[in-house]
Amino acid sequence: MQSPGALEISRRDLLAASAATVTVASAHSLGHAQTKATTAPQSTKVTFTVNGEGRELQLDNRTTLLDALREHLHLTGTKKGCDHGQCGACTVLIDGRRVNACLTLAVMHEGDSITTLEGLGQPENLHPMQAAFVKHDGFQCGYCTPGQICSSVAMLEEIKANIPSHVTVDLTAPAEITPAEIRERMSGNICRCGAYSNIVEAITEVAGRKA
Amino acid sequence: MRAFSYERVSSIEAAARAAATTDGAKFIAGGTNLLDLMKLEIETPTHLVDVNGLGLDSIEATPEGGLRIGALVRNTDLAADERVRRDYALLSRALLAGASGQLRNRATTAGNLLQRTRCPYFYDTNQPCNKRQPGSGCSALAGFSRQLAVVGVSDACIASHPSDMAVAMRALDAVVETVRADGTKRSIPIADLHRLPGDTPHVEHVLERGELITAVVLPKPAGGEQIYRKVRDRASYAFALVSVGAVVHPDGTGRVAVGGIAPKPWRDEAAEKELANGAKAVAAKLLAGARPTEQNAFKLTLVERALSAVLVEAKG
Ligand SMILES: Cc1cc2nc3c(=O)[nH]c(=O)nc-3n(C[C@H](O)[C@H](O)[C@H](O)COP(=O)(O)OP(=O)(O)OC[C@H]3O[C@@H](n4cnc5c(N)ncnc54)[C@H](O)[C@@H]3O)c2cc1C
Ligand code: SF4
Ligand code: FES
Ligand code: FES
Repeated sequence: MQSPGALEISRRDLLAASAATVTVASAHSLGHAQTKATTAPQSTKVTFTVNGEGRELQLDNRTTLLDALREHLHLTGTKKGCDHGQCGACTVLIDGRRVNACLTLAVMHEGDSITTLEGLGQPENLHPMQAAFVKHDGFQCGYCTPGQICSSVAMLEEIKANIPSHVTVDLTAPAEITPAEIRERMSGNICRCGAYSNIVEAITEVAGRKA
Repeated sequence: MRAFSYERVSSIEAAARAAATTDGAKFIAGGTNLLDLMKLEIETPTHLVDVNGLGLDSIEATPEGGLRIGALVRNTDLAADERVRRDYALLSRALLAGASGQLRNRATTAGNLLQRTRCPYFYDTNQPCNKRQPGSGCSALAGFSRQLAVVGVSDACIASHPSDMAVAMRALDAVVETVRADGTKRSIPIADLHRLPGDTPHVEHVLERGELITAVVLPKPAGGEQIYRKVRDRASYAFALVSVGAVVHPDGTGRVAVGGIAPKPWRDEAAEKELANGAKAVAAKLLAGARPTEQNAFKLTLVERALSAVLVEAKG
């Protein structure tokens, strides 16, 4: 039997979808869900921490972490760009590590601690990286910006933890903070407006302050 | 995405059994390939077995002097491991050349090996594709095939295997350890893991239903200069057109595996014997019997040039 939760979420997806292609895809899955009779439950309870606050959700298994954050917890700072791991707009931190929230299921994060842009800083209390993006004009339309900021904060931690990158010359030497390193390590965040050089400046300033 | 039931498992045996006894079940690890394909309804599992809780996430030394890499070790952690950086630099380099920081933080060792092709028609559910829908035809043969394979192909499919990591694993003679649904274990040399398409391009590897990869084992370090060179359409966050993973010793001998040109990481012992004779000789043997399309014939020259660059770099 199809659980009512699953249908409800499909409807919500349908309403939330703005792009025409996404609407068609959701409508298709909705149609299928109605005809498909399975006995195993298709929703799961999951408990995790979001920006320091414990949350418990009963979710259709299909719900990505991105949709759980945006549609269920109404944390719309995290953006949906491609929904396929290709743009980085959905970047959030899970236990401090950056991931694409669109390519992971919410129910896979039982017990995890998730940080979104809203958790990094607030309008009256900006995270240094948020402030640096403002100061250096690290955006135009701003759509990729939450992902850029979450990604860059975790990226600097990766350098601190001595994780190498594709452009690291010597794998056995400590990782360095150079513009080339920053560019390579931020390649998973696409900016359609091309604000890249200002983004690198913002990150460089924050990195320098920390060092 | 189609509806599915979901289960977290905490033992290897339970995982294998669950996947073998439940119709339409699949393992999910990082999810970065499987979920992508599920959204497009190219993959339609009706049950997901989440293996992230199995604790297969450590890298341990083996008595033979090699490393046993847990199936769930994330690509980032494998690339950053001190022993891998020092003794298997080729593997670190290949991992770091793939995907993005975010994706590598989730992608796992086993999932990376089993990721599916990036053929544009495999992804476009409106087009015929023998891999996605057996018997429907191959749209790539007369279509966009720039990314696709030139060797090991068949009339049914010319898809290339997209993994960077697998190329390094092939050059390093890795062995894949598995547990089957009945609890029996086996070790599969990486050379035997992936199948060539033949008439059945939808069958991509030799694993049985419910067979779980538990680890990938590296033999003791190969030494030499270890180089991974990836050629792609942009400098980062793009799949390889051609990639070369090589171990080159001071006397000029060594090993070479090539990515982006075949349905699996491509290596040929006869070609390796030519290493001391230069890139042209190696490429000629490696690409013997190649069947490129008009759009990807450039890969034949590109393999030779990438090899040549690697051999120059190896000399220092
Ligand atoms: C935008 C983008 C760019 C990318 N660029 C690159 C690139 O340049 N180079 C590259 O190499 N890769 C690239 N990738 C692919 C990425 O490396 C793979 O998606 C990833 O490695 C898959 O690992 P996973 O753990 O997420 O697998 P999953 O998606 O969880 O699983 C993949 C498959 O493996 C099976 N599986 C998983 N674990 C096991 C197990 N233990 N035993 C048996 N079966 C198992 C699953 O059932 C599934 O069929 C890219 C991906 C994206 C989205
Ligand atoms: S090359 Fe293979 S994957 Fe691509 S369309 Fe042909 S059959 Fe499908
Ligand atoms: S929305 Fe997740 S990477 Fe684009
Ligand atoms: S600021 Fe518009 S996409 Fe980056």
